[in-house]
Amino acid sequence: MQQIINFVIRNKTFLLFLLLFCVSLGLTIQSHSYHKSKFINSANFLSGGIYNTTSNIRAYFNLKKQNEVLIEENNRLKSILFNSDQFENEVPTIDSTTDINFEFTTATVIKNSYSASKNYLTIDKGQNDSIDLDLGVITSKGIVGLIDKTSNNYARVLSILNTKSRINAQLKETDHIGSLTWNAKSPEFVQLIDVSKFAPVQIGDTIITGGQSSIFPKGILIGSIDSFTLDPSGDTYTVSVKLFNDMTNIGHVYIIKNKDYNEIKSLQTQIDE
Amino acid sequence: MNRTAINTIFEFLALVLVQVLILNNINFLGYINPYLYILFILLYPVKNNRTLFVFLSFLMGLSIDLFTDSGGVHAGASVFIAFIRPPILKFSFGMVYEYQTIKFSQTEFGNRFVYFSILTVIHHFIMFSLEVFNISNIILILQKTLFSSIFTILLCLITVILFSKKPR
Repeated sequence: MQQIINFVIRNKTFLLFLLLFCVSLGLTIQSHSYHKSKFINSANFLSGGIYNTTSNIRAYFNLKKQNEVLIEENNRLKSILFNSDQFENEVPTIDSTTDINFEFTTATVIKNSYSASKNYLTIDKGQNDSIDLDLGVITSKGIVGLIDKTSNNYARVLSILNTKSRINAQLKETDHIGSLTWNAKSPEFVQLIDVSKFAPVQIGDTIITGGQSSIFPKGILIGSIDSFTLDPSGDTYTVSVKLFNDMTNIGHVYIIKNKDYNEIKSLQTQIDE
Repeated sequence: MNRTAINTIFEFLALVLVQVLILNNINFLGYINPYLYILFILLYPVKNNRTLFVFLSFLMGLSIDLFTDSGGVHAGASVFIAFIRPPILKFSFGMVYEYQTIKFSQTEFGNRFVYFSILTVIHHFIMFSLEVFNISNIILILQKTLFSSIFTILLCLITVILFSKKPR
């Protein structure tokens, strides 16, 4: 017994090192599995508060740019509104909004990252503003990600620039679907995988969200096809998609809430059983 | 609470804030960021209690993780370089370290450069390996390690030169 205690005392630094290293490995592994990073995230009171303060200061330097984006969007929405009779088939995005199934909330991004392989954004709305897990987040130009963590006043968004992210998407022209993933190489491009080889893939075509996930309404813009390759197996295409959104510069976002989400989800789990 | 302890706490907080509020937003060429916070581990006084040092390094890494949503990536890498610091000190500074009289402001530039480089490269390699967590992306890991290391080493050396107390 004496020897064991002596051993512990002599090697206390090494043992502490082992313990702490295992703890950090554990946290890392936990953060790699979806929805499990419990304690260490930027949506908590402390880091959220600090990011919020700095974002308030930084917002002033960005006002002009944000105004331009808003005017651009207003302009587009107005032209849709006033031309809706003539161009009914060409209404570009968000055409499901006329359906009152989707509720929109605005929020401001207080922290954005795009240089790591697992990127998250933090926004200044949380449970107090009835933001829940698994809501979709978009900007006026395109898709941003999913809510993956909430605290009282802040929420963390799993960016599409995250190797864990998988979002249902499809070609705009036809209904061929695929999964949107990211290979961590460039913040401008994401990859659409598992597209059937029968799909008429062409460079320059538009990619939109598919309605299957029931998180995003069908038809939100994602990007255009930059290049594509046939997989070695020869069955599916891997398509490189250039995002419409500039993920490195995001100010205001919209959070989409699907009122039927729980109903659809419970129905789908019933079928699985 | 003596003077060194207060200095250490101040240094700790300042480095965390500088790292998360300024340096994490640089994103030079898309993904290159300097990680200046390891300066805390590099310059921690040699004579001090080693167990406490390992623990403080862990806290340092964890605070960075808290802000960057990276799980335990920074904590793991920081605690690792804190643990292997003594042999690296011995290797880079030789006899001076043996007598436990080392003061970083009085060491030669060459020695200091070697010491910073070794620890920075090890830290970045572990950090990016944990972050990417995929052995098939080893090229990406090495690429990130190389470029970020150059940036970090430069910034650390400049900071040390700027903030060192002038000999009277």
